Amino acid sequence: MAELQVSATLAERGLDVHFTIAAGEVLAVLGANGAGKSTTLAVIAGLVGADRAVVRVGNRTLTDTAARVCVPTYDRRIGVLLQNPLLFPHMSVIGNVMFGARRHADRSGARLCAQRLLAEVGAADLADRKPAELSGGEAQRVALARALAAEPEVLLLDEPLAGLDVAGAASVRAVLRRVLTADSRAGLLITHDLIDVLTLADRVLVLEAGQVAEYGPVTDVLAAPRSAFGARFAGVNLVRGVLTEPGVLCAADASVWHGNPLVTVAADVKSGRPGVAVFAPAGVAVYREQPHGSPRNSVRVRIAGLEINGAAVRVRAEEQADGSAGLAADVTPDAVADLGLQVGEQVWFTIKSQAVGLHLADGHT
Amino acid sequence: MRPIGAPSGSLPRWAYLPAMAGAVFFVLPLVAMAFKVDWSRFGSLITSPASRAALLLSLRTATVSTLLCLILGVPLALVLARHRGTLVRILRPLILLPLVLPPVVGGIALLYVFGRLGLLGHYLEAAGIRIAFTTAAVVLAQTFVSLPFLVIALEGAARTAGSDYDMVASTLGAPPTTVWWRVTLPLLAPGLISGAVLAFARALGEFGATLTFAGSRQGVTRTLPLEIYLQREGDPEAAVALSILLIVIAAVVVIGLGGRRIAGWSAGG
Repeated sequence: MAELQVSATLAERGLDVHFTIAAGEVLAVLGANGAGKSTTLAVIAGLVGADRAVVRVGNRTLTDTAARVCVPTYDRRIGVLLQNPLLFPHMSVIGNVMFGARRHADRSGARLCAQRLLAEVGAADLADRKPAELSGGEAQRVALARALAAEPEVLLLDEPLAGLDVAGAASVRAVLRRVLTADSRAGLLITHDLIDVLTLADRVLVLEAGQVAEYGPVTDVLAAPRSAFGARFAGVNLVRGVLTEPGVLCAADASVWHGNPLVTVAADVKSGRPGVAVFAPAGVAVYREQPHGSPRNSVRVRIAGLEINGAAVRVRAEEQADGSAGLAADVTPDAVADLGLQVGEQVWFTIKSQAVGLHLADGHT
Repeated sequence: MRPIGAPSGSLPRWAYLPAMAGAVFFVLPLVAMAFKVDWSRFGSLITSPASRAALLLSLRTATVSTLLCLILGVPLALVLARHRGTLVRILRPLILLPLVLPPVVGGIALLYVFGRLGLLGHYLEAAGIRIAFTTAAVVLAQTFVSLPFLVIALEGAARTAGSDYDMVASTLGAPPTTVWWRVTLPLLAPGLISGAVLAFARALGEFGATLTFAGSRQGVTRTLPLEIYLQREGDPEAAVALSILLIVIAAVVVIGLGGRRIAGWSAGG
């Protein structure tokens, strides 16, 4: 199996992405609706043309606009699994899977292959049913078996679990995990679900307005997101700014953030580079008056919302000066009552510098 | 208490009056004809040599022209459904033209293409092929008027179906021709059947274009509708009997093969 190299520019949709997925690696692609996730997938599958694009799988060039190469979709060996399973309604379950296997096998070979794959996705007993008789989770597992039957070198998954109920999603996720980790295919997973990223992906790529806003290992991105979408996705606060000196970030609104030296970029980073301060809502304390004392970061905010978040109350502040998502603080219901917090009031959010990580904002290097 | 369950968005009551009148307007002529026919002579009327020749010719030509409609119309409908180019935008209304054109005009138009002095007929004549006023002309006339029925029915079905299944099939390694036969056409089967039934029924009833372009030669170009028109002068009872026969054949085809499909098609657009 082989790695997937993608480089695509599509002016019409403001898309400009470049990334590589190693053999056996699964890349989760995150981003708001319209960020270009599905377009990227369509370019890789050869379903949409691009202004400039190079798509390579191993040493096979599938798309190279400069060299006028564009291998037709049916010769790409790129499997696709969408939110809609799209099982052919006029064929039985096994007929569907055999359709995928016919690319490389004769009829009896295709049947054997289909039976093996149906067993692999836990759908062996569904072989003779019609797609209309399946539940959502069953249909998606059969669709996965069908995609695998064509022996793709790359598997593209566009929110394959989005339309399913909890049990159905769990069953498909388990099968996907087994399939994706068992072989050495490159996989690309578009998702909106943190669980999918944690359970299925090795790396994360965040698309914002058609550009790669962030790219790195799952643990890094979730622990220290550098993009607004990544931060919202991981449920942490993010402040953008410029790293002025070791351990200090100056935000767009001129507020100064001190970070924990242990979880902060190396001291030898040149000042003036764009950076982000990342901290968890649980690390934020809320005060009516500006507190003094131990090294703290304090910022004056207006409360935009109060919502229950598990056992805590999440205090959400209004948008930041640069338009990024408002900061959030998790406090106890008692504290909300004691302080008499109301939407629209101005309060101080303070965070100990130990709880703040400062990172370079131009990639996980 | 009133029984519950009557639809709240029901039609105004007055609408049922014109609706009923419309239904009667359709049914009454058929009933009148059934009264008019001399049932004791019905058998002999519809089995006279002239009638039998006309009936056989009609069934044969309508079948061939339906096949021709399928061969030409299915690719045409799919091209129209899948493409949005300028050519397609110009082409679509032109294909619907035979629907609104008087068939006689269609017949004249065909003469100017396939007639001895026509655009193509000129060359065909030189090659020793004559089409006008032959059975082939009957088939062409019928195809000309019934093709739009098939194309409309199928294009609507193809648009509704979309191309997602075809896309998935191609990611599974199926080349376009395989996708065409194994995915596209099977999924369009309902539209295909309704389109073919409509085309066959229209071909069976074709009169004006046939008379103009193919003439009325017994056993060669005189189809059932032409025979009925001819008999109306000499033997009105035979005309009525043949009309009943034509209605029965059309009814069997339409209701038997595709009544529900056609209903679904018209509801879908």
